[in-house]
Amino acid sequence: MPTDTHDVAVTVNGTLYRRQVEGRLLLSDFLRHDLLLAGTHVGCEHGVCGACTVLFDGAPVRSCLMFAAQADGHEIMTVEGLAADRNHLHPLQQAMRDCHGLQCGYCTPGILMTMKAYLDETTAPDEAQIREALSGNLCRCTGYQHIVEAMLLAAKRMNGSAA
Amino acid sequence: MKPAPFRYVAARSVEQALALKAQYGDDARFLAGGQSLVPTMNFRLTQPEVLIDINRLGELAGVTNGAANRVRVGALTRYRMLERDPATPQTLPLIGEALPLIAHPQIRNRGTIGGNLAHADPASEMPAIVLTLGGRLRTQSAKGKRWIEAGDFFVGALTTALAADEMLMEIELPVAPRNSGSCFMELSRRRGDFAIIGVACMVRLDADDKCEEARIGLCNAGDGPVYAADASASLLGRPIGVKEIEEAAALVKGAIDPGGSIHASKEFQRHVAGVLTARALTAANQRARRAH
Repeated sequence: MPTDTHDVAVTVNGTLYRRQVEGRLLLSDFLRHDLLLAGTHVGCEHGVCGACTVLFDGAPVRSCLMFAAQADGHEIMTVEGLAADRNHLHPLQQAMRDCHGLQCGYCTPGILMTMKAYLDETTAPDEAQIREALSGNLCRCTGYQHIVEAMLLAAKRMNGSAA
Repeated sequence: MKPAPFRYVAARSVEQALALKAQYGDDARFLAGGQSLVPTMNFRLTQPEVLIDINRLGELAGVTNGAANRVRVGALTRYRMLERDPATPQTLPLIGEALPLIAHPQIRNRGTIGGNLAHADPASEMPAIVLTLGGRLRTQSAKGKRWIEAGDFFVGALTTALAADEMLMEIELPVAPRNSGSCFMELSRRRGDFAIIGVACMVRLDADDKCEEARIGLCNAGDGPVYAADASASLLGRPIGVKEIEEAAALVKGAIDPGGSIHASKEFQRHVAGVLTARALTAANQRARRAH
């Protein structure tokens, strides 16, 4: 029986949620279990793998290293917020699909959120820059090549030039 | 992996945060970026009774001018803020060069300089840089404030001079002087991993390229950050050439006591320390020469 509860009002993907949370509830578990947004994946739960990356006030962060109570009054974007609607994937998602960048798919949501923030501010990255931007996200299929190709393709498409 | 239960308090003022810390002492922990603390809580290696979240205390973040040629960095200043600050490469070039090597962008978006220094991981870059630069740290408690020199602040592995009722408030660092050059280098197994060895160098030259000031420090070379005093002093009073650099690197290798790990033996760490010292000194010296 939780004795340390806090009222939080958090905007996730544009929707305001009000919930009561225990102080020790991780933001990653809050998203998955309380809001049923299971697109955010939980890998290592100690900040190493990057699978749980979400945007916190626009900046990519490890949601397993924050508490839900800290999100009170803040804005979060998860992988569920990427696509404009059910029929149109975000350019990052489409490029991952086109380049077979998902593989098993476990690390994909974290990679998408990391690269969303990165490509929003870096319009024409080269391969080395892409690899550096991806360095905080582990893929245990170890097939980074397709992910890198997908990110280069997404960058081109998001920048408006023909892919 | 879930943290053990605790009482979470989002402090609304420094006074409230300090009053709670005075009340609970070592049973309370400050939560800044949480990038070191929360993993240990998830592993239940750390089980605070009270977690005092200071993230809403915006006055603790930011860089301001201190006394002559010094800047003050607020404890809650996140790595990312320093990384995006166009002044960082000029005023704090060692930090500017080390920042991209510290973990990953996601970690740097949350991690704070104060949280890092209070955590005092000997393998971490920032304690070595603050020690190398001869910085000082201001702490505060409900009873008052004090300044602690970096050399006195880092007591050992994960151990600082902070008292149970104190909070680290800000760090004062000297601005890189004119005619100086700096270089930070490290070797790690993968991008963003903790360094096997990291070296921070700063040299200041006179008009004839003679060394007027030299500072060499290392991370992951002992129980805490290491300042290589003898190696630094050996460079003074003459131009820095190949022979001087070799001598300083040898002194560094003799001065450190790395712990070794399954990834790198002590002997390998010592070897790397010598190699990186020579490379970083060479680069710092070249940069200083170009600066005048």
